[in-house]
Amino acid sequence: MNASEIKSTITGVANPVNTELPLWKQPDATPFVRIENITKKFDDFTAVDNVSLNIYKKELFCLLGGSGSGKSTLLRMLAGFENPTSGRIIIDGVDMEGIQPWNRPINMMFQSYALFPHLSVADNIAFGLKRQGASKHDVKTRVAEMLDMVQLGHLGKRKPHQLSGGQRQRVALARSLVKRPKLLLLDEPLGALDKKLREETQFEIMNLQEDLGVTFVVVTHDQEEAMTLATRIGVMNQGLIVQTDEPHDVYEYPSSRFVAEFIGSVNLFEGFVTEDNVDSVRIESKEAGCPLFVAHGISCAPQQRVHVALRPEKINMTRIKPAQDDNCLKGEIIEIAYMGSLSVYRVRLQSGKEIRVTQPNFARDMGERFTWNEHVFLSWDVDSSVVLTS
Amino acid sequence: MSSLSGNVWLSGFSTWKARFISLRNISWGRLSVISVPYLWLAVFFFIPFLVVFKISLSESAIAVPPYTDLLDFDMEEAYLNIKLNLGNYLYLWEDSFYFDAYISSIKIAAVSTFFTLLVGFPIAYLIARSDDKYRGILLALVILPFWTSFLLRVYAWVGLLKKQGLVNEVLMSMGIINEPLTMLQTDFAVYIGIVYTYLPFMILPLYSALEKMDISLLEAAEDLGARPIQSFFMVTVPLAMPGIIAGCMLVFIPAVGEYVIPALLGGSDTLMIGRVLWDEFSLNRDWPMASAVATVMLVFLVLPIMLIRNKSGKEEGM
Repeated sequence: MNASEIKSTITGVANPVNTELPLWKQPDATPFVRIENITKKFDDFTAVDNVSLNIYKKELFCLLGGSGSGKSTLLRMLAGFENPTSGRIIIDGVDMEGIQPWNRPINMMFQSYALFPHLSVADNIAFGLKRQGASKHDVKTRVAEMLDMVQLGHLGKRKPHQLSGGQRQRVALARSLVKRPKLLLLDEPLGALDKKLREETQFEIMNLQEDLGVTFVVVTHDQEEAMTLATRIGVMNQGLIVQTDEPHDVYEYPSSRFVAEFIGSVNLFEGFVTEDNVDSVRIESKEAGCPLFVAHGISCAPQQRVHVALRPEKINMTRIKPAQDDNCLKGEIIEIAYMGSLSVYRVRLQSGKEIRVTQPNFARDMGERFTWNEHVFLSWDVDSSVVLTS
Repeated sequence: MSSLSGNVWLSGFSTWKARFISLRNISWGRLSVISVPYLWLAVFFFIPFLVVFKISLSESAIAVPPYTDLLDFDMEEAYLNIKLNLGNYLYLWEDSFYFDAYISSIKIAAVSTFFTLLVGFPIAYLIARSDDKYRGILLALVILPFWTSFLLRVYAWVGLLKKQGLVNEVLMSMGIINEPLTMLQTDFAVYIGIVYTYLPFMILPLYSALEKMDISLLEAAEDLGARPIQSFFMVTVPLAMPGIIAGCMLVFIPAVGEYVIPALLGGSDTLMIGRVLWDEFSLNRDWPMASAVATVMLVFLVLPIMLIRNKSGKEEGM
């Protein structure tokens, strides 16, 4: 990559500031997909529990959750493979009830790709078009177009088992996009790829989605994947959507302990509110061993038990005591993991609680490095932590 | 020129040598494992076939065994006479009776194979899609009939299909028919018998092919706009093809030479090569003719089957 290319990529990333609010922040925008009070029960197990969700046009919405959180069931209900026990799904103004999968304006990319092993790559992609009754000529040009789009133009005649995992993933993507669906569902689209390939493909999927303007709903258990891909993330737990927000907000302002712990790593201090102001709270925590001051107001009862969540990278680690009394802890380094771009430290506080701290490795040689058993001070800004009441 | 042929000869020799060496490298343990099936085939298939083929080239005679020797050694003149009698084959060719029997057998076998497939496919599909808990039981039920003698099971159909049999009585008591149907000693009864007795041979290979199929392929087909019937023919059937071919061959091949079922359930006009063979062998005591019939049947069956196998083998290897 030469200098001009680097520059163009940089400017490409740093888009001119979009003054227009995204659709989900406009109060009067019509959602493209409306999920209204959807419940799905299997015998007496509730897989999806009264979920309501709006997804807007051209969004890349991620449903994030662990296994058994109901995210896949929700996706399968969108595709029409499962019927909701109650509730409605409305896509582009049409109630989907009673509409069979083959009649929905939706396509899905399956977790295992589900490529037809007896058909060639080109025939796999052509399958949907042929069912539509497209003419031979249309099928041919459209398939060639899709193959070019996923950069597999030369492999049309191969059978799926002759392709690598990454190539199969592209074929699956091409096959699910060939019919120009209004909505594309992706079930763990990158799950079967190795790390390096996953990162590359993430960006390809994002670019593709932007170019085509199709609404994507992605199901994943990988929070990193969700963070990079999504316009918004819906975090699911035990059949419920526990938070729906933009990746940044989900990470920085988790609404509950579950979300804070599920996405990224977090240090939690249990304590109770001693000082409740409009725009700040002070929390006494035995675990921390010092007053915690958080610069945002919460609605809580006096003396209520709360948790303060603090991300490891927000912590400043020093040998000399900083000038602040709040948000300043003393501890001893008990473990160090050097990870190249950053180092992860495990620090034991005087209360016995262990804190995870990450520090970026700014320079090659950072002078005297922190070492094992060293006594350090941990401090952070008042707006770096979040109080969680649930 | 001579150097060229010398080279060819040399290279031929070296490949031969390489092959010999690679054979030598195979350990005795491996060789003995590989040789068991070959030995089995040689002893129980190839050598008996050669014996049958040999008999088919002799003439029938009133003797024990009832045919002439091919080799005749004249002690005085020290002549070794080899007499090959092709008359049996010529007779097979000339008398349309045999040809008709072959065609009729193939027709009956083909029709029954088709119906076995038609009946077996849903059963195999059901078992493959059923819960793990029941799958073992269902498979055991498919194999269960083998615990009773084949002959008995075919005889049981005589009781079911005869004029005063169970089927006729049930149909009459329900008022569907007024007088008993003639089912026994018709081709219909033969079809029933073959479909019934060979059904497990169809179900088992179909099951093993269908069981391997990933359900999400059907969902993918539906997702791409295929109705269930379309996804059945465009996804399920092609993927089950190895099982369909195997099952059809397992039914078709023995059905062509079937003797017991047409003898017990078929009428006198049900012409099947197995019966012809038996009549030739036991009634006419014409062993050479019977052997010729058997040899031709084998060639009839083996050639197309080897072609199919070769083709499907190549496809699987791809």
